[in-house]
Amino acid sequence: MSEQDREEKPEAIERSTRRTVIRSILVACGMFAFGFAMVPLYNVFCQVTGLNGKTDPDPYMYKAAEAKVDTSRDIKVQFVATKNAGMSWDFSPSTPQVTVHPGEPGLLNFVAKNPTDKRMVGQAIPSVTPFEATNFLHKVECFCFTTQTLEPGEEKVMPLRIIVDQELPKHIKKLTLSYTLFDVTHMN
Amino acid sequence: MTSVTDTASSHEHDEHHHGPAKGLMRWVLTTNHKDIGSMYLWFSFIMFLTGGAMAMIIRAELFQPGLQIVEPAFFNQMTTMHGLIMVFGAVMPAFVGLANWMIPMMIGAPDMAMPRMNNWSFWILPFAAVMLVSTLFMEGGGPNFGWTFYAPLSTDYAPPSTTFFIFAIHMLGVSSIMGAINIIATILNLRAPGMTMMKMPLFVWTWLITAYLLIAVMPVLAGAVTMMLMDIHFGTSFFNAGGGGDPVLFQHIFWFFGHPEVYIMILPSFGIVSAIIPAFARKHLFGYTSMVYATASIAFLSFIVWAHHMFTVGIPLIGELFFMYATMLIAVPTGVKVFNWVTTMFRGSMTFETPMLFSTAFVVLFTIGGFSGLMLSIAPADFQYHDTYFVVAHFHYVLVPGAIFAIFAACYYWLPKWTGHMYDETLAKVHFWMSFIGMNLTFFPMHFVGLAGMPRRIPDYALQFANFNEISSIGGFLFGTTQLLFLFIVIKCIRGGEKAEAKPWEGAEGLEWSVPSPAPYHTFTTPPDVK
Repeated sequence: MSEQDREEKPEAIERSTRRTVIRSILVACGMFAFGFAMVPLYNVFCQVTGLNGKTDPDPYMYKAAEAKVDTSRDIKVQFVATKNAGMSWDFSPSTPQVTVHPGEPGLLNFVAKNPTDKRMVGQAIPSVTPFEATNFLHKVECFCFTTQTLEPGEEKVMPLRIIVDQELPKHIKKLTLSYTLFDVTHMN
Repeated sequence: MTSVTDTASSHEHDEHHHGPAKGLMRWVLTTNHKDIGSMYLWFSFIMFLTGGAMAMIIRAELFQPGLQIVEPAFFNQMTTMHGLIMVFGAVMPAFVGLANWMIPMMIGAPDMAMPRMNNWSFWILPFAAVMLVSTLFMEGGGPNFGWTFYAPLSTDYAPPSTTFFIFAIHMLGVSSIMGAINIIATILNLRAPGMTMMKMPLFVWTWLITAYLLIAVMPVLAGAVTMMLMDIHFGTSFFNAGGGGDPVLFQHIFWFFGHPEVYIMILPSFGIVSAIIPAFARKHLFGYTSMVYATASIAFLSFIVWAHHMFTVGIPLIGELFFMYATMLIAVPTGVKVFNWVTTMFRGSMTFETPMLFSTAFVVLFTIGGFSGLMLSIAPADFQYHDTYFVVAHFHYVLVPGAIFAIFAACYYWLPKWTGHMYDETLAKVHFWMSFIGMNLTFFPMHFVGLAGMPRRIPDYALQFANFNEISSIGGFLFGTTQLLFLFIVIKCIRGGEKAEAKPWEGAEGLEWSVPSPAPYHTFTTPPDVK
């Protein structure tokens, strides 16, 4: 078997091998980048389609002149306040539910209290169900746009102003707007 | 055999043309594909026993309801590490080892395309494995969040050792990617003259496709664990909802890797049984071309079905429907394969030596696992099955008789070529039947307890599941101890036995049988002619 020295790899093979390897490495690097690109892609995809119930993180620009109230429909908007694991604040809406016409602003308050003896920062993350209604529930004013800082024992009344879009699909009669409150003290 | 003939390049002579170097450094410095293949296979077997020992602890705890043997926290580490070690330590390295040994011989190449990189990609593995296993002895214990390491369990609520787990995954990923690139480069560039793509043995084809899957998804996994690392240590919020991230995003990224990953663990098996069944049915493989296309279709579909692991996470109806139908579509190319294997056997003059026994069991049991997979793909039904023992039964039916049995079959089939000796057929048959009975005894009852509602990853369970769990545990102990017999058979075969001919199996096809047994240290230094 081994009488003959292994022949030098013909140059052509060496060149094509190098090309294959470089291409494969590029694919691997590209896929590593793609893994990270999935983060913004996912967010854009969810924002456009409203698929995961994530609402627009910025205030809705409300134009009073354009708004026409659709009095033919009554939409029930229900509110849920949840505390993430480890969050010690008291957190609840002033009313569990409001009934509004599409185009008509609804106003209510959320109340948060920091019962601890430490200064804490909280961030509320909204989510809407059903998913298809996500992009039709606008928040004109919301405590979720920024973080909230509470001194020890401080209680804060936080107003929330919402508008249900006139374009809301007809079959939806009831929406749930849920807030989960996170302790983000260590991030600030 | 040795010297005298050539003088011109005698300075290179010693390096290339004697047998292996002596001593321990042979294994550290080797660039020989056969040495590296053997090291991969031994490494994988050690990991198989390690992960298996963890499975024994799990089954011992579940033998009876109530908490008897281990703390729940440790139980969680066992289920997690069992999964991680079996996937990344046992199954994947075993296939890379087989690829190293067989692909150059099957395509008439002298070695892998990049022998030094080959050495490196192997030697990363033991260090990664040691790092992964060492987390068990760290403060707070090892990974306890399941092998799928969903955030925020693996970030906010994870033990401090998670950083070591992340680096271990990085290293395993680097090793797999280098191995895959090497395999691609070998197959595409080092084929003997006349070995066209459509003449390649199916094991080579399935590995080529697997290697492409690996370089496509292992970097995504590396990205996922890197994001975890940044969330844990650098204050980012990729998966932290409080900071604007999304934990569901983790599941999307993970399963974008995870679903192709399960095909990485099965496609090489398809290649192995496609070599063995024709050999022992003494017929050519039925439908070679359709096998190649079916494999490619399965690989393509694996990229567009990932969310079927997430039906209950809250995805919209249209998403559930898309992923449900796309998943069911995979049954078509898989069905083509099963049909081809059965048709190859049909009216063949079959004999049932151990490789054929394992391959036949593969076809039957893998199909059962495929059917339970179809049941799970039905989105509305999945709400009932999700995270129950039915899922555990399903993926063990595709991975144990799928990946593991195929690896056993491959070992028995090629052991004569590797060692130059025939293995002990009687003991090997005992190994097969004990594995077959043990495996079914372990995993079949899990279908029932799963459908009845027993959740997975729990150390204790309701009383009505006691009998089936007892059966599962007995089967598990049987299956586990039987693997020591396999170790004995392999060692016995290495140390001696009936001399193997160059082609010990009457109906075997392929270039690997044209070289003597045991295969010389260097094969096909002059490329063979393939007609």
